[in-house]
Amino acid sequence: MSNSDKAQEKKKFAGVFLDEISKSPLTVTILAIFSGLVLGGLLVAVTSEDVYAAVRVSFGETLRVAWDAAWRTYKALFIGSVGDPARIMAAFQSGDAEAIRRAVNPFFESLVQSTPYIFAGLAVALGFRVGLFNIGAEGQLFIGATTTVVVALFLKGLPAIIHVPLALLAGFIGGGFWGFIPGWLKAKTGGHEVINTIMMNYIAFRLSEFLLRGPLKNPEGYSPITAEIQDSAKLWRFFESPIRFHIGFFIALFCAYLVYLLLFKTTWGFTLRTVGSNPHAARYAGMNIVKSTVVAMFLSGGLAGLAGANEVLGVNHNLAVAFSSGYGFDSIALALLGKSHPLGVVLAAILFGFLRNGAIQMQLTAGIPIDIISVLQAAILAFIAAPAIIRTIYRLKEPEMDLDTITLRGWGGN
Amino acid sequence: MSPILELRGITKRFPGVLANDHIDLTLEQGEIHALLGENGAGKTTLMNILYGLYSPDEGEIFVRGEKIEVRSPSDSIKAGVGMVHQHFMLVPVFTVTENVMLGDEITRMGGFLNRRAAAERIRAISDQYHLEVNPDAYVRDLPVGVQQRVEIIKLLYREADILILDEPTAVLTPQEVDELFTIMRSLVEHGKSIIFITHKLREVLEFADRITVIRGGKVVGATTPQEADQNQLAAMMVGRAVDLHLEKAPAQPQDVVLQVEDLVVLDDAEQVAVNQVSFEVRAGEILGVAGVQGNGQTELVRALTGLTNPVSGRVTLLGQDITTASPREITELGSAHIPEDRQRDGLVLTATVADNFVLNTYYRPPFARGVWLQEEKVLETAEEIIEKFDVRTPSALIPVGSLSGGNQQKVIVGREFSRPIKFLVASQPTRGLDVGSIEYIHHRLIEKRDDGCAVLLVSTELDEIMELSDRIAVMYRGKMIAIVDAAQTTKEEVGLLMAGVVAQSGG
Ligand SMILES: Nc1ncnc2c1ncn2[C@@H]1O[C@H](COP(=O)(O)OP(=O)(O)OP(=O)(O)O)[C@@H](O)[C@H]1O
Ligand SMILES: [Mg+2]
Repeated sequence: MSNSDKAQEKKKFAGVFLDEISKSPLTVTILAIFSGLVLGGLLVAVTSEDVYAAVRVSFGETLRVAWDAAWRTYKALFIGSVGDPARIMAAFQSGDAEAIRRAVNPFFESLVQSTPYIFAGLAVALGFRVGLFNIGAEGQLFIGATTTVVVALFLKGLPAIIHVPLALLAGFIGGGFWGFIPGWLKAKTGGHEVINTIMMNYIAFRLSEFLLRGPLKNPEGYSPITAEIQDSAKLWRFFESPIRFHIGFFIALFCAYLVYLLLFKTTWGFTLRTVGSNPHAARYAGMNIVKSTVVAMFLSGGLAGLAGANEVLGVNHNLAVAFSSGYGFDSIALALLGKSHPLGVVLAAILFGFLRNGAIQMQLTAGIPIDIISVLQAAILAFIAAPAIIRTIYRLKEPEMDLDTITLRGWGGN
Repeated sequence: MSPILELRGITKRFPGVLANDHIDLTLEQGEIHALLGENGAGKTTLMNILYGLYSPDEGEIFVRGEKIEVRSPSDSIKAGVGMVHQHFMLVPVFTVTENVMLGDEITRMGGFLNRRAAAERIRAISDQYHLEVNPDAYVRDLPVGVQQRVEIIKLLYREADILILDEPTAVLTPQEVDELFTIMRSLVEHGKSIIFITHKLREVLEFADRITVIRGGKVVGATTPQEADQNQLAAMMVGRAVDLHLEKAPAQPQDVVLQVEDLVVLDDAEQVAVNQVSFEVRAGEILGVAGVQGNGQTELVRALTGLTNPVSGRVTLLGQDITTASPREITELGSAHIPEDRQRDGLVLTATVADNFVLNTYYRPPFARGVWLQEEKVLETAEEIIEKFDVRTPSALIPVGSLSGGNQQKVIVGREFSRPIKFLVASQPTRGLDVGSIEYIHHRLIEKRDDGCAVLLVSTELDEIMELSDRIAVMYRGKMIAIVDAAQTTKEEVGLLMAGVVAQSGG
């Protein structure tokens, strides 16, 4: 063939390559995150008083101030979640161990924040895969934390190697039981799991409040909070104070791997995924839909319970009222962002953990309300949920058939 | 005068497949143009491009001599092109009017829907073309044939001049087919132009003005009903001579495999759909169940395969009572089922072709060792079935939903035929298949029979029933009104039975 033919062939290849990239859902995810950040920056700018003051000066000044505000915000977010590079350098040069720990702490703290997200995100993702909306992760998390704290407080004299697994198991079973109930109700009565998991959330919140004001309250204190758990039940921390980074993060990664194996490598997972994507075909193929629903809700609840157990055993070392502040609810968004795949969930959880941790710093140094992070997360999700917007903005190609997005069964059906 | 529609050099690649390869096609004003081709030839893809669902890699589209750019269905609707998909796109809980308005709502001041105006227009359209559709009916209450007319109204409502119908007759009863073609005639008389896709050669010869045949994404011929006959068309489609007549040895029936006694089954609306039905199927024979769609066949099959529990009666398979057995228990006795609704029951569209091949055997060796799926074994088996059943797919690892309709059916047939079975329920096994594949599957069915399998064939295609069955049972309004010996009956007699006309003489 002639050279020009070859050149054309090459161009075609490049074209095809670009086409494929621009069709990939991953590209959409990345661009959605990017767009969310841009939108967040704009929002910071339009809510900043300095910017309005600058409007009176000149247009150029306005732009400069707006840019400055956004820049400061994201810089604070970065420093808060990863650390201040200059400070880290200085600490290492000084060789002072305490200074080094303080300097790198933000990074590890972000991982600490990511850990419950991984557990709870896996919980919701597992439900999605089986066609179930588990809105109850937050409640399951509370119950898991409660059962864990009972085991961690009152069992004494056990070696850590037994006490820790036992306490985690208690959290898994507690959360699992809280997920099992709506699963069982759905299987037996057709009651929709969305309604029932929401109801179960309220019961869980009030129940844990009751327990913390009564039987579980630290007898030596006044606030609704338990005593500190036994040392033998605490999850191992890798560094000294102030770094709280603990082994729970790796347990969470291991759980993600287990969920991956379960879903994609075992016959059980085959059943669960089939029930989730086409219950009619699952019935035709002789699968037990009732069993799958109940088992999936139990496992999902159990994973959410582990998120609670992780917070008790690894971070707080006690249980307080309303300690979770929304890990369970955020995880619904997170599971969507991670496309309900364990690896995606881990990545999304890490992103959420860094955002959450950085937001605190952002509020302190840049005076930006922490809520901006919620807006940012919401924007990212809206972009993911409506890929058409991203495709239009960035002129991406339509995928020919979007088969890898998980279609959830309708709200009204059974 | 320039043709109303002209496609020039349309090319479309999917990963691993050249679905359309420089296709040229012209449609004249006022003609019915049939598009023929084997499964996976690229017919649906071509029509989806014309309708703006896919964008072509190369090629141009001209409407009334003017080049148009279609990036989305709204562009093609603007150019007067409308399409009825093989799988209808209606909202069952909406009325006809609401469905038709969807996406093109007439609003009154303040953005309120003006249902009354829309209903008036629908009534006018319905009258003009004799569609006989009640705008206020709920779509879920309508038979398939009427739902299809609702789809057609949707196009006319949007003032489409070029109508594309993708396999419109696959799910219709013979009577509905006749009605559809009357409607199509009346449409072209009013100046519309129609492209329709079908696998039924008889329909093509009877109703088309012109015929274009595509194979492997290329146009391989154009002809007219006057110049061609069924054998020629079949050969053109498949690229070899197809034997449209099946040779088979007389059956050698042996022991009773399936025994059904006084079976009563309810449908979804809790109405009696199968009423006191009794029959048996023996090893080595094919019992054909004939009947117009909706006379209880669906419910009968669902009861026999464990998908619904009968209210009374008894079903025995290979000596075991399976009246209330689960689908898995029945499958494990050695029974196979080709379901009527392949996309609903038979396949998980989002799962890979390979996974769909093991949909009901994945939990057993060799596909599972303990709880671990043996992916390599699954893949190996998948490749064997793909080869054996000539499933046209670029790989076993793509979602089965991206295969052409006919190839999806072959995945099911391949799966069910690839394990040792003693009883087979085949419901509409060749729906949507091309003549070559039909020939292949018919031969396999006969082969199963000769291997000593008992076959229950349920089909609304009278020709298929006549050709394959050893005995024919006719269902009418939930009853099995007759069981006749296939060798001693005629198509006419069975046709009358299907209409509920029972001969006075005899039992
Ligand atoms: N969305 C898609 N993604 C990937 N491949 C596709 C897609 N749609 C179609 N194909 C492939 O393109 C080819 C043509 O498919 P098409 O649906 O057009 O066939 P068809 O002629 O309509 O067949 P049938 O008579 O079986 O409906 C097939 O090989 C099919 O696998
Ligand atoms: Mg098709």
